[in-house]
Amino acid sequence: MDYLDHLEAEAIYILREVAGQFENPALLFSGGKDSITLVHLAKKAFRPGKFPFPLVHIDTGHNFPETIAYRDWLVEQTGEKLIVGLVQDSINQGKVVEQKGKNASRNALQTVTLLETIEKNGFDACIGGARRDEEKARAKERIFSVRDEFGQWDPKRQRPELWNIFNGKIHKGENVRVFPISNWTELDVWNYIKREQIALPSIYFSHERDVVFRNGQWMAAAPFLQIDADDTVEHKSVRFRTVGDMTCTAAVDSSAVELDDIIAEIKASTVSERGARMDDKVSEAAMEERKKQGYF
Amino acid sequence: MNILKFITAGSVDDGKSTLIGRLLYDTNSILDDQLEAIKKANRKNNDGTVDLAILTDGLKAEREQGITIDVAYKYFQTEKRKFIIADAPGHIQYTRNMVTGASNSELIIILVDARKGVIEQTKRHSFLAKLLSLKKVLVCVNKMDMVDYEQAVYENIKTDYLALAERLGLENVDFLPVSALKGDNIVYASEQMSWYSGASLLDYLESVEIPTNKEQPWRFPVQWVVRPQTDELHDYRGYAGRVLGEGLRVGEDVIVLPSGARSKVARIELNERDLAGASDGQSIIVHLTDEVDVSRGDILVSANEPALAERNFEANICWFDNKPLDDTQIYLLQNHSTLTKIKIAEVLYKFDVNNQEKITGEEIKLNDIGKVSVKAAAEVIFDTQDAFAENSRAILIDPRTNLTVAALMIEHVA
Repeated sequence: MDYLDHLEAEAIYILREVAGQFENPALLFSGGKDSITLVHLAKKAFRPGKFPFPLVHIDTGHNFPETIAYRDWLVEQTGEKLIVGLVQDSINQGKVVEQKGKNASRNALQTVTLLETIEKNGFDACIGGARRDEEKARAKERIFSVRDEFGQWDPKRQRPELWNIFNGKIHKGENVRVFPISNWTELDVWNYIKREQIALPSIYFSHERDVVFRNGQWMAAAPFLQIDADDTVEHKSVRFRTVGDMTCTAAVDSSAVELDDIIAEIKASTVSERGARMDDKVSEAAMEERKKQGYF
Repeated sequence: MNILKFITAGSVDDGKSTLIGRLLYDTNSILDDQLEAIKKANRKNNDGTVDLAILTDGLKAEREQGITIDVAYKYFQTEKRKFIIADAPGHIQYTRNMVTGASNSELIIILVDARKGVIEQTKRHSFLAKLLSLKKVLVCVNKMDMVDYEQAVYENIKTDYLALAERLGLENVDFLPVSALKGDNIVYASEQMSWYSGASLLDYLESVEIPTNKEQPWRFPVQWVVRPQTDELHDYRGYAGRVLGEGLRVGEDVIVLPSGARSKVARIELNERDLAGASDGQSIIVHLTDEVDVSRGDILVSANEPALAERNFEANICWFDNKPLDDTQIYLLQNHSTLTKIKIAEVLYKFDVNNQEKITGEEIKLNDIGKVSVKAAAEVIFDTQDAFAENSRAILIDPRTNLTVAALMIEHVA
């Protein structure tokens, strides 16, 4: 079997296991290429039926406007249900405190909103688009990853995961994070998007925008990004290789306007995808620590 | 381009992580920022070179202790193939993690230290390879640089290992002399071992043929029933699942197990397209000609070559839980999408994993491997391990803790 067919068949199998094993699953949708790929795979797994889960977006309020426009378009086009959890609500309720200063980001805050949204809706499984090639702590993650009632991941107590038999048994209050595209690489995702002609938000392709040079990276100039007098704002031709918050996702210099260009760019790149994520650079175990708290 | 999934096994200092690190490094699969991070971590080998093992030790506790605790999955690809590497720990106390990694691999690379030859761990890992029915074994005789690249050392180890393989009944074994540290025969042919004219590790991995399930009759575990129940698709009723084995085609006679109902395949859908037939590994939707009762957990099988449906059977078992096997307790057996209550009727024996001797009269504890007879509350649908390994596998769940406590490979009907 061709490798993309193999990865697709495996992901569909995992999605159907989620549908079969859990009472109230959800698909965590960020508007990035990986969760967009998940939605596409869910269509393959369940059409002509409806998805047996809603899409859930944890909205930090610091999104790229293009991502939100795409999200709303996708929801309308698929006719599936969307649930939005707002980080702003958690801030207003005093459950989290907004960071201050130049490198402030809501990235860490979203874990709280995510856990609240899970609890409020009683989700017992959350499907996510994390991949093992992204980051070294993620390389250790199981496909069915059990979180305790506080959303915590304990890497030392992971269940053994044998063959393609997934144990989804949990106690009330716990939930399982499920990663159907664990075995895909960044390049696999792009090759698949190309093969399947999946539509993406425009920011993945080269475009012109105002950017600020910060900590060695180009950040999109946004109203909520603190820009001081000594910062220079430049107008550049860029694209985004990974899409999270505007405050933690850096742009890359690029003239790639088509999928073929992007694929060629990634093949030639000498830095990893997460190299453009400020949130991973805090410490060597940044991702592991966040995952233990309940992040993806 | 297809995918090869492999695992590396060896004892603590045999250089598994170094081998993987070298393979990734020499194929330019390590990116600048990852290399930068390794250099920053500043972990060095004894000879002062950068320790590539750190690439796969993704957890803080692993980096602190300098050992691999849990399986890490690594990915790389060449023009010819995509590779998924399970980097698993070799310590006996992490046998369960190694079994996890091996269960998701087709090929196992067993590292043997050229200075030490075939040792207990080699035997244990080879035994696990047999137990888990891995399709190919590659023995890498590593650290050839430490024995002056001498051919005689390699040949002696090969002879010793072949004797072990024969004793275990391991087939499909290949050999390769390497130095992971120096890069001999990893990606590039070794200049130091002109006596070896075979493939380098990368060449081998790119070209090795993995036996497929072409000879096996098809089985179709139903995962999910697709029923849109809309006006235009009022009668649509499709059974979604992933095919095992070959021969599932439209018009094929079908038995639904465990009910025993009979029907025929009316349609096969893949991504909303109709197919004439489906192959091993495809996730598809099957429609039957009759309105028989089929739900998640049922297995459709070829009427000409049906699977077994039994309540009593014997199985090899690997125990993963801190709490020993309790033959008074009820466990849940999960195979495919089915959960069945079972009891371990009897522990027949356990294996000394280092010499494969059978020990009777002892309980099965964490990391033990043994043979048990099982009594199930309902019929379990399977093939025996010898007949069709991929349809002989199951896990055991402790219903009180929900933990996966064991892996089972069904050997025969009791």
